[in-house]
Amino acid sequence: MVSEPRVETLALREQFNTAEQQKDASSLGMWIFLITEVMFFGGMFAAYTVYRSIYPGVFGAASRTLNATLGAINTAVLLCSSFTMALAVRAGQLGRRKQIMAFLILTLILGMVFLGVKGYEWNEKYVEHHIPGPAFHMEGAGLQDHAQLFFSLYFAMTGLHALHMVVGAGLLALLLYQTYRGRFSAAYYTPIDMVGLYWHFVDIIWIYLFPLLYLIDRHGPRP
Amino acid sequence: MTTPHVDSVKTYAAVWIALLLMTGLTTGVAYIDLGAFSVVIALTIAACKMALVALFFMHVRHSTKLTKLVVLGGLLWLAILLSLTMADFATRGWLGA
Amino acid sequence: MITAAVEEKETYLNASHGVKSWLLTKDHKRIGLLYLFTITFFFFVGGVFATLIRLELLTPHGNLVSSETYNKLFTMHGVVMVFFFLIPSIPATLGNFFLPLMIGARDLAFPRINLLSWYLLVIGGLFAIFAMVAGGVDTGWTFYTPYSTSYSNTWVIATALGIFVAGFSSILTGLNFIVTVHRMRAPGMTWFRLPLFVWAHYATALIQVLGTPVLAVTIVLVFCERMFHIGIFDPALGGDPVLFQHLFWFYSHPAVYIMILPAMGVVSELVSTFSRKAIFGYGFVAFASVAIAVLGFLVWGHHLFVSGQSLFAGMVFSFLSYFVAIPSAIKVFNWTATLYKGSISYATPMLYAFGFIGLFTIGGLTGLFVACLGIDVHVTDTYFVVAHFHYIMVGGAIMGYLGGLHYWWPKITGRMYPEGWAKLSAGVIFLGFNLTFFPQFILGYLGMPRRYHVYPDEFQVLHVLSTAGASVLAVGYLMPLVYFIWSLKYGAIAGRNPWKATGLEWQTDSPPPVHNFDEIPVVTHGAYDYSTTVGEGVQGG
Repeated sequence: MVSEPRVETLALREQFNTAEQQKDASSLGMWIFLITEVMFFGGMFAAYTVYRSIYPGVFGAASRTLNATLGAINTAVLLCSSFTMALAVRAGQLGRRKQIMAFLILTLILGMVFLGVKGYEWNEKYVEHHIPGPAFHMEGAGLQDHAQLFFSLYFAMTGLHALHMVVGAGLLALLLYQTYRGRFSAAYYTPIDMVGLYWHFVDIIWIYLFPLLYLIDRHGPRP
Repeated sequence: MTTPHVDSVKTYAAVWIALLLMTGLTTGVAYIDLGAFSVVIALTIAACKMALVALFFMHVRHSTKLTKLVVLGGLLWLAILLSLTMADFATRGWLGA
Repeated sequence: MITAAVEEKETYLNASHGVKSWLLTKDHKRIGLLYLFTITFFFFVGGVFATLIRLELLTPHGNLVSSETYNKLFTMHGVVMVFFFLIPSIPATLGNFFLPLMIGARDLAFPRINLLSWYLLVIGGLFAIFAMVAGGVDTGWTFYTPYSTSYSNTWVIATALGIFVAGFSSILTGLNFIVTVHRMRAPGMTWFRLPLFVWAHYATALIQVLGTPVLAVTIVLVFCERMFHIGIFDPALGGDPVLFQHLFWFYSHPAVYIMILPAMGVVSELVSTFSRKAIFGYGFVAFASVAIAVLGFLVWGHHLFVSGQSLFAGMVFSFLSYFVAIPSAIKVFNWTATLYKGSISYATPMLYAFGFIGLFTIGGLTGLFVACLGIDVHVTDTYFVVAHFHYIMVGGAIMGYLGGLHYWWPKITGRMYPEGWAKLSAGVIFLGFNLTFFPQFILGYLGMPRRYHVYPDEFQVLHVLSTAGASVLAVGYLMPLVYFIWSLKYGAIAGRNPWKATGLEWQTDSPPPVHNFDEIPVVTHGAYDYSTTVGEGVQGG
């Protein structure tokens, strides 16, 4: 018995038997990718945990030089962007093209705001000579070297996070374009769903970065 | 698992408000001197926020057992990395070496 | 109706032509072959470095190369063999080719990501080759800080970037395999009807996705430290080089299980087919694969016994390291029990399986020696450790790989390799291997340090034996290269199932058609059902 010629569509690629199988595979694939990201960031969290446990005082002092208000606002901005992203996916489930686009645009704007604030914060650090290197100097810290360790981790972790935000922004822009071109429907909105998972994950990383970097020891002596 | 669960806007909004409130909470509590307990509170609040984002925004509460296993597995593996690494650094000086 | 003898049946090899059809293929079988060429190339590159090392070690004084060059030789040998040969080897070639066939699928879950994986390996490899050609890297394949971050003035970043990119190749392959096994099995193919080769690759894939990202971020940190002079591992800034070792070995220990588990999967298939018997204790072997993957993540500190790690942690890691031997032992016992009352034939693949079982056992037992903290203090960084891991990686993994390559060659190419030459080269390899590496156990025990090219005169005899063995081994490895290529034109035509084996891959043509099966099979038997006659029939009908 010769098999029927298979018509390949967006929702049913050649290797799958049903659209549901494809969706399940995409979802599992994205979740496994997010687990790899957990371990990727995890290495830096391990370094942070080790050094904070060894140098708690210096880490506390260095943390106090960060602007907690801006950090909190940025956290709120990202949480709002997760809200709008969830609504975008919901609009995808319901096949509402214009709504999808509206929420994707909002998410993108909020993401840009976050990155803008981050850029402003990094510039503050540059001005205050808190960027690790020969020009580093932090007032009051007992050991300049260990304070540099905090800031190395600060820039490495927020930098890696920001890089992921930029990639996310690019994906959102791509989704926006594809939605505009009518690629999605209630029957096929998987890419929106998957980018949503990625975006929420990046938000979760920040949910941890905020207290771990900004709120170590807010009740200690001000520098 | 053929038709997806479409959560209501109200549900998402409730989660969103809760997340914002917890952000305010964690920021405020940081200014109170709780000693070693501060980090416990901060991480607990962060874990609650993570749970809300995962369960509701990422639809884990509607997901398959496999997805839930994958999520837990990832968290467990991170815990292995952190705990066994700290098993070294936290015990330097024990047993005389 | 006359079937013209010249009319060629459409297979994945001839369905489309031209370079583009290969470089842009989505077919897992073609991608498996692309990988085969790539890793074979890197194997011989790594082999060249090994040759130079063994030539240098013929004499006790540094005659052939300077110390600086020698450092580069063993570094590049390790980097190429680990990251560009062993880690991809079986999964990317045999795994890619046969995983979908064995589960009754048309392809992997994500064919384009599969192709991307290959390109990432190639790009990573190009970075590494550039580093080699531009002057090499001398940090040891383990890149320990602060030498790699602050002091080495060789091509550390280029090499590290190459490994970083190749790491993503590995991660994506693992991701693809996990989703495929979960979501693409044919009707009736339950988990416990899967061939053990599939279980082994599933367990391997778990390690690939959970461990490799930590290596990746560690490389990022080394890169940042070296490029921007920010300190994470720098003692001058309060950093701890031992932290690097923790992060590095968190991946690199499980990595050795990435290298051995697929070979174990191959051996399960070979022992079953060539005893014409179901694997003894199928469930135990399946679970042992997953157990090795999980336990393998709990033992990395045994690489840090003498590094300044706390004694308490050393004891914990030593204790845990003994456990990971248990599932490996279970497999060896079960393979052996399979042989009992089996109808054994000594085709080349089976010879490699026997070689694997014997040599892996020796390598594994010596692993127990070094897992013991007290012994390891004496033998660490000596040739004892070098011999230990070469018994597993070469005596184990490479023999498993060659056994699998011979076993599935007829399916991949439609041709049989010449059995006489194959048996001969298996013997040459076995002899050469033992002559190369057994003396190294003795050398290490007597105190010969690794990574040294100048040594006391009394060690020379053993080194000469080792180098002699290496030259025999080299001949043994070149022989298959020759006769496999020969077989493509002159080998006997292989039918669907030359070994009369069970398994879905043997129910389709040799070479398989592009879409693997004309009709997706429905599975009703377990994987090793030799109780019913196996000929040209379909498993389960």
